[in-house]
Amino acid sequence: MSKSITVRYFAIFREHAGRAEETVLLDVETAGDVFEQLKDRHKSSEPLGHCKVAINDEMAHWNTAVNDGDTVLLFPPVAGG
Amino acid sequence: MTDKAIDPDALRRKLFDAGAGAYAGFEGWIRNENDGQSVKRLEYESYEPLAISGGEKVIAEARAKFPLIHAHCVHRTGMLEIGECAVWVGVSSAHRDEAFNACRYIIDQVKVRLPIWKKEHYADGNSGWVNCERCAERAHPSAVSL
Repeated sequence: MSKSITVRYFAIFREHAGRAEETVLLDVETAGDVFEQLKDRHKSSEPLGHCKVAINDEMAHWNTAVNDGDTVLLFPPVAGG
Repeated sequence: MTDKAIDPDALRRKLFDAGAGAYAGFEGWIRNENDGQSVKRLEYESYEPLAISGGEKVIAEARAKFPLIHAHCVHRTGMLEIGECAVWVGVSSAHRDEAFNACRYIIDQVKVRLPIWKKEHYADGNSGWVNCERCAERAHPSAVSL
């Protein structure tokens, strides 16, 4: 079943996607599925484990379930400091 | 998180306490070179809600691990020039060991856990996002969630 997911892209992902945010219909179960299905958008060459994800402003894991109406934040590898 | 210049002296003064015999601080500065490329400036981006909540969690962890009196961390966003302070960490405690160790803990965790990214702008006009894979390998994999 397709779910309406709002996806937010950050840093290099935003530049690759050419947008900061979009709402898409996806047939997904987990945050990892969202990442994989939107690869042609964020164009990440990083392994999933180097990136992070948050759902509705809470840090999540790639195997965390996503629900219809969720906002999924895709974070490329961080580099603070 | 702040988009204004960091004032380390003002921040340090907030850590004074009659019971503090030690202070340790760390300032991360913008330098003019990375991986052999000449860097002109650095641009920081963050997702502020989770950078702040994640930073608060790191400070709370440091307080749980070490007997601290005060602990504070500030990180810049926006475009920074060479020599500017990008991140500041300061802790005060009764003795130096916990001050050094807590300061180190906080900056190490901040660098690998918080949703903060930096883009290097090079002298040749190119630019590139820095990823922190080597830093991430040094962090504890179990501690990556905010």
